[in-house]
Amino acid sequence: MKVVVIGNGMVGYKFCEKLVKKNTAGNISIVVFGEEVRPAYDRVHLSEYFAGKSADDLSLAPKEWYSENGIVLHLSDPVVSIDREAKTVFSHAGVTESYDYLVLATGSAAFVPPIPGVEKEGVFIYRTIEDLELMTDWAKKSKKGAVIGGGLLGLEAAKAMLDLGVTDTQVIEFAPRLMPRQIDDAGSRLLQSKLEDLGLTIHTSKNTTAINGNDAITSMSFSDDSSFDVDMLVISAGIKPRDELAKNAALEVGPRGGITVNDHLQTSDPFIFAIGECALHKGMIYGLVAPGYEMADVVVTKLTGGEKSFTGFDMSTKLKLIGVDVASFGDPFVSGDGIKSIVFDDSVKGVYKRINVSADGKELLGGILVGDAEQYNMLLQTCKNKVVLPPNTEDVILGARGGEGDGGAGVTSLPDDAVICSCEAVTKGDICGAVQMGYETVDGIKKCTKAGTGCGGCVPMVKDLMVHTMKAAGKVVRNVLCEHFDYSRQELFDLIKLNDLRTYDEVLTKLGKGDGCELCKPPVSSILASLWNEVILKKGNDTAQDSNDRFLANIQKGGTYSVVPRIPGGEITPEKLIVIGQVAKKYNLYTKITGGQRIDLFGAHLSDLPNIWEELIEAGFESGHAYGKSLRTVKSCVGSTWCRFGLHDSVSFAIKVEERYRGLRAPHKLKGGVSGCIRECAEAQSKDFGIIATEKGWNLYVCGNGGSKPQHALLLASDIDEETCLKYLDRFLMFYVKTADPLTRTATWLNKMEGGIDYLRSVVVHDALGMNAEWEAAMESHVNSYECEWKAAIETPELRKRFNHFVNAPEEKDPTVVFDPMREQKRAKEWK
Amino acid sequence: MIAEKTITWFAACSVTDVPANGGVCVKYNDTQIALFHFTRRDEWYATQNECPHRMQMALSRGMIGTQNDEPKVACPFHKKTFSLVTGECLSGDECAIKTYEVKVEEGIVYIGIED
Ligand code: SRM
Ligand SMILES: Cc1cc2nc3c(=O)[nH]c(=O)nc-3n(C[C@H](O)[C@H](O)[C@H](O)COP(=O)(O)OP(=O)(O)OC[C@H]3O[C@@H](n4cnc5c(N)ncnc54)[C@H](O)[C@@H]3O)c2cc1C
Ligand code: SF4
Ligand code: FES
Repeated sequence: MKVVVIGNGMVGYKFCEKLVKKNTAGNISIVVFGEEVRPAYDRVHLSEYFAGKSADDLSLAPKEWYSENGIVLHLSDPVVSIDREAKTVFSHAGVTESYDYLVLATGSAAFVPPIPGVEKEGVFIYRTIEDLELMTDWAKKSKKGAVIGGGLLGLEAAKAMLDLGVTDTQVIEFAPRLMPRQIDDAGSRLLQSKLEDLGLTIHTSKNTTAINGNDAITSMSFSDDSSFDVDMLVISAGIKPRDELAKNAALEVGPRGGITVNDHLQTSDPFIFAIGECALHKGMIYGLVAPGYEMADVVVTKLTGGEKSFTGFDMSTKLKLIGVDVASFGDPFVSGDGIKSIVFDDSVKGVYKRINVSADGKELLGGILVGDAEQYNMLLQTCKNKVVLPPNTEDVILGARGGEGDGGAGVTSLPDDAVICSCEAVTKGDICGAVQMGYETVDGIKKCTKAGTGCGGCVPMVKDLMVHTMKAAGKVVRNVLCEHFDYSRQELFDLIKLNDLRTYDEVLTKLGKGDGCELCKPPVSSILASLWNEVILKKGNDTAQDSNDRFLANIQKGGTYSVVPRIPGGEITPEKLIVIGQVAKKYNLYTKITGGQRIDLFGAHLSDLPNIWEELIEAGFESGHAYGKSLRTVKSCVGSTWCRFGLHDSVSFAIKVEERYRGLRAPHKLKGGVSGCIRECAEAQSKDFGIIATEKGWNLYVCGNGGSKPQHALLLASDIDEETCLKYLDRFLMFYVKTADPLTRTATWLNKMEGGIDYLRSVVVHDALGMNAEWEAAMESHVNSYECEWKAAIETPELRKRFNHFVNAPEEKDPTVVFDPMREQKRAKEWK
Repeated sequence: MIAEKTITWFAACSVTDVPANGGVCVKYNDTQIALFHFTRRDEWYATQNECPHRMQMALSRGMIGTQNDEPKVACPFHKKTFSLVTGECLSGDECAIKTYEVKVEEGIVYIGIED
């Protein structure tokens, strides 16, 4: 039997994958035509291209996969006609193929409304990798952007514009609210204000009448007679199924597009199927990938002799916009006889949740989540599987307050056939089964069941199910480092101290098993450094360090390193500035002021590092630990020495604090800030610890974070003097160093701490654990034993030797390192 | 017929040049080879130095270890891991790396280059 597939998009690929797997008899041959230049890729995660993913990363399977599985793949070659009589297709390049069965998986194209001027340069659609490449180029010279369409894809396109650096971007939506198909008015209003916080300008009820400009777009006009300047526009106003081929072959298509199919996904010709975004099933086009995968499965089952039909699919979605959680599931809008909606609207926190419940209060019909979509998976499952709701229905969105349990709707209450991963149609039963068969890690479960390998949205639930199944089997589920250690970081910390172990190898022999790996080496090395304050590269501990710690510098694209000398509090003399300039010139380094008030020198060859540091140390610099999970910077504002508002000398205090904690190894990096008054120019409240001058002394804030999930620090103590402040800090830092999990910043550590900031205060200020004396002593010993590790490295020949690129040609540098010139300096050559 | 493979043994460095449980990069003509001394297992391994993920000359600077007793190296860039025995990528990617034979005689480490 010969099957020809037209379209090598996400669904076309999934069809091939499933058919290969089920074609155990080996009697089906497959030929695929794809119009795009590359084999199918993950369109759902297209936007990650802007976050650094390459076309290869997005690829679903390399070309070789097709040939290895006996599939003939014609790329860049669209099918131009179908002869249904002769059961033959003709391609643009002249290839003719006959078929027994034909599968149309032609997907859809962006719908472009007929606005005058849409053909102008600088107007884009957002569907393929090529579209992204064109946008990226154009964005370089654009300042003012616009997106037509405030739906799921439009908002994603708008975020992409921000990522491309077009920060002045307007979103134009025809309907009176954003995402009109998924969320209600109140949800939209909140979403709008969150997007405005991200820097987008939002217009609703706005109708574009013209796109103006000569060759390229320069402005847009609207039906309300307004207009504004735009030099880049993305149109994302909906999708249009690609049914042209079907139409020409006289297959039945819907009045508004889409190839009509029955429950077996057969078109009006029983030998031709249509699946994915081009198929019109019961008047519905599914613009999502999961229903398309299900369609592929139905056709594969049919072709391999099984029986299955497509009965529709739920349109629940979650927006992938970073920084704004939005989701809707089931029927978000239902109303009617006795149907109740429970709404939680907290404008202070920016959270809106709505759930719709059946008249008898037992069934969850649908809902909307904006601002916090953590419960999405759980609610979706509850809804799909008609799990009976608990008596206090509001608990499912608010959490059980004051009681035990998870509000009655936890993973346990789901039936075995609940679909957990809808991309791959994996059920709770499949996942629990895999765990019982011995797959006791999320990775293992992924490999065995494929759950979580699609959009990844179900991974938290997979983990919950795993933990739950293991617990039910009487297994102790422990938060262990990796296969070599049956301990959590905190347990190891205590054991290493108790046993007085000094090297990674000793720790592994005494407390672990096997030979270690990249998961346990860095945390164990960090514990050793925190406990004993010895130079991290000594005693053979160098190869147990993460690469950046091993070479005391951050590795960069192309294999060179960056050099960041410590500049405490950001204060530096003209003489030292000159030395940095001289060293940078001598070793041809790119220089940049960092976001941490110091100077980074990039592009240093490994073998130059010791020489560079020798010169810097000679001039009075020391390591800035930019590579370590340790103290980075203590940012300062200029304070009372110059500033007319300054209450105290914030620079002196910042330097004192930075010098006290420099070199302290911790579960993650640490940053601090000291501001001279409440205007907060040092941004201290976004740091792991922040100190702000008050009339009476200093306020101490802890556990703030910048990064991808910013969080403000919380007040630990107010109006304290310098000495008390340092004492609290000593205790706070040691408490964190001792108890946090690997790679957990202080903010996350506090978020997980039972009792939160009040508990932390009771420990640090009121000595609830009785540990303070010990912690202060530990910090004192750290301060007294500090030495610059770069100094130690350059003065120890055995360590210095490790910085050569070639062991057998120490004088030669890595010849594969190449730079490109840029703005009178250099940059790393772009990698492939 | 069994294809004969001939191996040229090339003296890379002395045993003491390689850090315990770590790697170094060896230059062989224009080829860069990562050489590892897995002291804990008393084993030597050699692979290409280039990580196939982003074509970076970096594997010799990676951490070594085991996964289910299979010796492996983790690339410093994105922590993709590769078997030191087969060269296969253990983090689920399609790419594999080349491996070389290694022998030690009288304190000198030799890498076997297949012609
Ligand atoms: C150089 C610098 C960017 C710049 O040109 O300004 C920078 C560069 C890097 N940052 Fe950063 N960060 C720099 C300031 C920041 C700041 C701003 C600040 O410190 O005030 C933040 C947000 C504040 C915070 O940490 O809470 C920041 C949040 C991050 C994060 C996210 C951490 C988080 O908790 O979410 C990472 C990733 C990580 O550490 O896992 C990161 C990781 C990195 C790495 C180490 C990525 C890597 O592994 O290669 C970059 C290394 C460059 C290098 O080799 O030197 N960088 N990074 C800044 C160096 C400051 C310094 O003098 O040491
Ligand atoms: C930016 C973006 C974000 C998205 N986010 C999500 C999301 O979060 N969740 C979700 O579920 N879905 C999302 N989607 C939708 C999802 O990508 C689609 O549902 C899915 O790709 C549909 O697969 P398909 O195979 O039907 O169509 P496509 O992936 O479009 O593939 C169709 C292929 O057929 C080719 N083709 C067309 N005609 C011919 C011909 N005559 N001959 C040969 N080849 C032809 C096309 O060039 C194309 O390569 C998103 C889409 C985009 C663009
Ligand atoms: S410097 Fe920081 S924010 Fe910039 S690209 Fe690197 S990690 Fe990302
Ligand atoms: S370059 Fe090696 S893992 Fe990315």
